[in-house]
Amino acid sequence: MTVHPGAWWLWALGLAAVAARTTNPLLLGLVAVVAGYVVMRCRTAAPWAAAYGMFLKLGLIVIAIRVLFHVLIGGTSGPTELFALPEVPLPDWTGDIRLGGPVSAEGLAHAVYQGLQLAVLLGCVGAANALANPKRLLKTLPAALYEVSVAVVVALTVAPQLAVAARDVRRARQLRGDPARGRRAVRTLLVPVLEDALDRALTLAAAMDSRGYGRTAGLPARTRLLTSALVVGGLLGLCVGAYGLLDASAPAVVGLPMLVAGALLAVAGLRLGARRVRRTMYRPDRWSVPAGLIAASGVAAIAVTVVAEVMGTVLVPQTVPLVWPELPLLPAVGVLVALAPIALRRPEVPA
Amino acid sequence: MIRFENVSFAYGDTPVLSGVDFELPEGELCLVIGGTGAGKSTLLRAINGLVPHFTGGTLTGRVVVDGRTTRDHPPRELADVVGMVGQDPAAGFVTDTVEEELAYSMESLALPEAVMRKRVEETLDLLGLAELRARTLSTLSGGQQQRVAIGAALTAHPRVLVLDEPTSALDPGAAEDVLAALHRLVHDLGMTVVIAEHRLERVAQYADRVLWLPGAAGAPVLGDPGPVLAEAPVAPPVVRLGQLARWSPPPVSIRDARRKAGPLRERLAALRPVVEQAVLGDVLLSASDVSVRYGATHAVRAAGLTVRAGERVALMGRNGSGKSSLLWALQGTGKRAGGTVEVAGSDPAALKPARRRARVGLVPQRPADLLYLHTVAAECAQADRESAKPAGTCRAILDDLAPGLADESHPRDLSEGQRLALVLAIALTPAPDVLLLDEPTRGLDYPAKTRLATALRALAAQGHAVLLATHDVEFVAETATRVVVMADGDIVTDGPAAEVVTASPVFAPQVAKVLAPAPWLTVTDVRTALESA
Repeated sequence: MTVHPGAWWLWALGLAAVAARTTNPLLLGLVAVVAGYVVMRCRTAAPWAAAYGMFLKLGLIVIAIRVLFHVLIGGTSGPTELFALPEVPLPDWTGDIRLGGPVSAEGLAHAVYQGLQLAVLLGCVGAANALANPKRLLKTLPAALYEVSVAVVVALTVAPQLAVAARDVRRARQLRGDPARGRRAVRTLLVPVLEDALDRALTLAAAMDSRGYGRTAGLPARTRLLTSALVVGGLLGLCVGAYGLLDASAPAVVGLPMLVAGALLAVAGLRLGARRVRRTMYRPDRWSVPAGLIAASGVAAIAVTVVAEVMGTVLVPQTVPLVWPELPLLPAVGVLVALAPIALRRPEVPA
Repeated sequence: MIRFENVSFAYGDTPVLSGVDFELPEGELCLVIGGTGAGKSTLLRAINGLVPHFTGGTLTGRVVVDGRTTRDHPPRELADVVGMVGQDPAAGFVTDTVEEELAYSMESLALPEAVMRKRVEETLDLLGLAELRARTLSTLSGGQQQRVAIGAALTAHPRVLVLDEPTSALDPGAAEDVLAALHRLVHDLGMTVVIAEHRLERVAQYADRVLWLPGAAGAPVLGDPGPVLAEAPVAPPVVRLGQLARWSPPPVSIRDARRKAGPLRERLAALRPVVEQAVLGDVLLSASDVSVRYGATHAVRAAGLTVRAGERVALMGRNGSGKSSLLWALQGTGKRAGGTVEVAGSDPAALKPARRRARVGLVPQRPADLLYLHTVAAECAQADRESAKPAGTCRAILDDLAPGLADESHPRDLSEGQRLALVLAIALTPAPDVLLLDEPTRGLDYPAKTRLATALRALAAQGHAVLLATHDVEFVAETATRVVVMADGDIVTDGPAAEVVTASPVFAPQVAKVLAPAPWLTVTDVRTALESA
């Protein structure tokens, strides 16, 4: 029996929240190492687990782009000039934005820190994706959202299928000795790939229909309408309420009361909607003690970090003037707690 | 169990089915036969209401399954009565793993969890899938995927199981497994099974009834397998042999045929099959130590192969034994991890794609991948340009292979056989020395296969070398001069076709099984010998 996918996502979100609060490269590095090590020790041989490497590469690309933008367009500047690019004069109204010009060590460090933060966030999402099948997570959604979650699942499988189809067709194109490039190549590739994707979509839809997807429990149309109205109304209420809470200038009645009302409506809609979709679940993932502990270890990481922040630990190292960042002790301990899953769960022996 | 009451179906003004009127009782296995485009798939899909609820079109008359009409019940409301297995099982999978896929229909039917656990375990045992339960579906072989698809339809305990070409993508061994499982369902569980299949030699012996669809022109015929198959234009070799020997009723299984074959064997005892004296020319393709790797998997290990002009070589072996990988590596477009390939003095992999195809042509497993234009004429013109041949070259070859294809028809509207002919013509336009074909007979009916066999003989006679990968033992018996068998990436057998196919019960064609131990392979061989005697 596998661990509830929600546990892994909570664990990863906890680490991601730590990363979101800090630009300290040492702490960020620690988060990345902890997440990566847990992935190495706990992931299965399933295909979605292999995507972790792709997330890491994406992270490196993000850092590179952030640094490149800093060098070209600027941002934070400092006294230590490393080198200077020829500057293109821009009109006054562009403000602080420049094109080219001097690049300082301080600015560069700032850019690297920020890029690293984004990369580590991506790494955390990748870790969750590698450890828990995203499709199984969608399966744990409330029954009323079942049809939406199936649509998402099907959409998720389309991208890899398109990649395979494109590879096959490209190989087949070579059999025709057709060195088409540019616009013609797009057409010669795209037509068969899209035809194939459409065919597959239709086949899948027919198969799902034959296998009972979308059977309704025979509820009258009025109930279905009421369900939709409740869900949509509830979600609207949630949005307006959140906006009211965050915007200090909004009238008080828009804030918390709207949020509560929206939440109530949405819950009522989902409960009513659950009656519409009559389904059961085969071997549902249940919250076990290890799952709870895994989730708790992630939550502990962010909780300790927030406590440290309240107690005065600085999580954003200064870059002007540039000083070597120090590893904040308490948050580091918190992040290390997130290694707990290794002790809780042995990797599965591949079948 | 299934009743069609005067059913006709048309897309717009194009009739697909007309005057279909029959009833199938419970616990029978019914085989639906007919040429390509005769409406077999349409008929199957009408059983659970996919036609017309899902496909559109106009259906008149009534289809009643287990007392429910498809008019009032869309496919999802019939999911507990009809289990449907499509042509390409992988394309119909909704989930990731074997167990989840088996449970999917039951989840939709809202069965209690305890029942689902029990039925999944039963189905795993029934179809021999227990060891694969946690496997990811995309990593399974074709035969395993097909069995999972059947299992996924079975867990809902339908009264009717409908299968569209369940064995056409499978090697002979995997096909036997699937058919044996179906046989058990019919005999032990009293399930009604409806199968459409082109490879009748595999299925006909299991059928209780045969439904012949003669196309939109005539009304379908339902009856006992022997007589109906004898009358239809598509029939397995054992039936044709029975007709030749005037056995009545024509036998459908090897066992029945052998019982009646005594006198025929005596008549043939003094005769020998006329072995066509192939005129072998120069070595056109020589490969040694060819290996192909995908990551850690060795698809082909150190395979060596020499093909001469005039030879027709069949490459056989299980699904996943490395046949396709070897073909692609020989052509030069596929990856090759090691070894040498030489065609007319040079390595095709080192040539530019345009010059490569002038040496070695390849017709891939899905011929449609090669087509992207909107008319047959445009595809032909494009092929002439690509091969730097005078305009009309491709069209002339096509007219030889499949006369009468309209210039303006869309390649996707062609039948499987016509589309294969078009792709074959495109591959032949630059007049390559060596022609490779990957599974060319999938989806072809017997007349289309005979036309393909004739075309391949003609090519070899003109001095080309032909190498084809296939699971189709009857086609090999009809076409090949030499058979190469691969297993797990190695070439394990290489020899004259007659010797190799008769040596193994898996690869032996029906005629060889009936007339064993005499070395007869095809009905044509027997007929020619009897006529000349």
